[in-house]
Amino acid sequence: MSDEITEGQGLTGGDSQAPRSTPAGEPVGPEVRRVPPTERGAVAAPVPVPPRPEKKADGLRRTAAAEESDTNIWRYSRRDFFAKLGWLSVFSFLGVMLIGTLRYMFPRVLFEPSPIFRAGFPEEYLPGTVSTKWMKDFRVWVVREGNRIYALSGICTHLGCTPRWLEKEDKFKCPCHGSGFYRTGVNFEGPAPRALERVKISRAEDGTILIDKSIKFLYENGGWDNPQSYLSV
Amino acid sequence: MPLADLKKSVTKSPVWKSVFRHDYKDTERNRYLQILSNIWLHLHPTKISRHAVEVRYTWGMGGISFFIFLVLTVTGVVLMFYYRPTDQYAYYDMKYLMNDVPFGAFIRNMHRWAAHAMVITVWLHMLRVFMTGSYKPPREFNWVIGVILLVLTLLLSFTGYLLPWDQLAIWAVTVGTNMARATPLLGHEGPLGPQIGMKPDNDVRFLLLGGTQVGPPALLRFYVLHCVFLPVAIGIFMIVHFWRIRKDGGISGPTGKV
Repeated sequence: MSDEITEGQGLTGGDSQAPRSTPAGEPVGPEVRRVPPTERGAVAAPVPVPPRPEKKADGLRRTAAAEESDTNIWRYSRRDFFAKLGWLSVFSFLGVMLIGTLRYMFPRVLFEPSPIFRAGFPEEYLPGTVSTKWMKDFRVWVVREGNRIYALSGICTHLGCTPRWLEKEDKFKCPCHGSGFYRTGVNFEGPAPRALERVKISRAEDGTILIDKSIKFLYENGGWDNPQSYLSV
Repeated sequence: MPLADLKKSVTKSPVWKSVFRHDYKDTERNRYLQILSNIWLHLHPTKISRHAVEVRYTWGMGGISFFIFLVLTVTGVVLMFYYRPTDQYAYYDMKYLMNDVPFGAFIRNMHRWAAHAMVITVWLHMLRVFMTGSYKPPREFNWVIGVILLVLTLLLSFTGYLLPWDQLAIWAVTVGTNMARATPLLGHEGPLGPQIGMKPDNDVRFLLLGGTQVGPPALLRFYVLHCVFLPVAIGIFMIVHFWRIRKDGGISGPTGKV
């Protein structure tokens, strides 16, 4: 690296304020620049350092010469360009780290029971019955009305407790705050604001019932008319 | 007088002088030095106004809240020697603490009651500040810090509630976190949530629980929040809170009294 600076390089040139020394070890003050010797053995004459140009209206520094010859192609001095590049890299790094940290909090694998389960054959459910058979393991009631079977999610729409099926009273009753639901799932008493949710029910290839709890059908959205929300026997 | 010489040699020794940095005489200067030259007392202002000790005005409720927080920090750290935040151990470690660890029940009950007490005292402190108008300029910034501290206190209470891992804890947190489903945009049952692709397994509730239901990942997550994240956050905000009290002219008092 040559420590010599020629005039007229770049738009603003370097103007380091730190005292430097030439390879020969002669100290070079901030007020003095070295020009290359024109001949072998010639002594370099000291030249005054031009002052750092003022910021223009667009917030950039340009020398008078640059102002004159400015074709609007070079809007940035090299210094401004590298400063912007530096900050851009810092904030890019921080941004990517933030996104990565946020993504880290969403695991890929869940050690939870699968929301999809097989619930036997349709013939096991008699018309007009509410089966609590899958309640303990999967929190779902299987209800058969006539030739239609649907699966009701056992999650109270008030605050998520588990209602109980009361056979004698022909209703689902939540022990937490007293919400009551008809066997269809429609709410009729207590604080529950919505009907119980039905979940996707279908038939597997071997004829068994397949229930998928991750797909819900809401009464208020007309979801109970969706053919995926019931099974015709 | 060999005794006087001995006394002199002791009291002039560097060790003595580094412990007792000023003499005992009750002068204005020594009163200042008493406060300024002591690592604990220097946190206090060197001078307080007469009304600052009027308990009827402040109820001492902020200081009581801070004291209870210190109790909770100490007892909480002691509990960490026995408690393991996994579904396999959590409940049984709590039972072990309550039945077999020497003074385990005492420490756990201290932590439990102090937790309840801190929520109450923080609310009462807020009530006092409101009633005495101590939120008015120049103290309005500190009111905002105080609101943040209240939220952090409630979050500490909520995250700690899950750790015993009994039915009460699991259902309380189930109900509590179900509210996060209804978050606008970020919850899978909130307004505009489903429309932008929020599902039970990618919304803000999932972020909180580490799963779609309250399970072992939720226990671990709440444990980390309860023991590391939230205490550090509340500590930082407490530092700012106390510093602002000093900057805003010391403890609040009746208008016109000095």
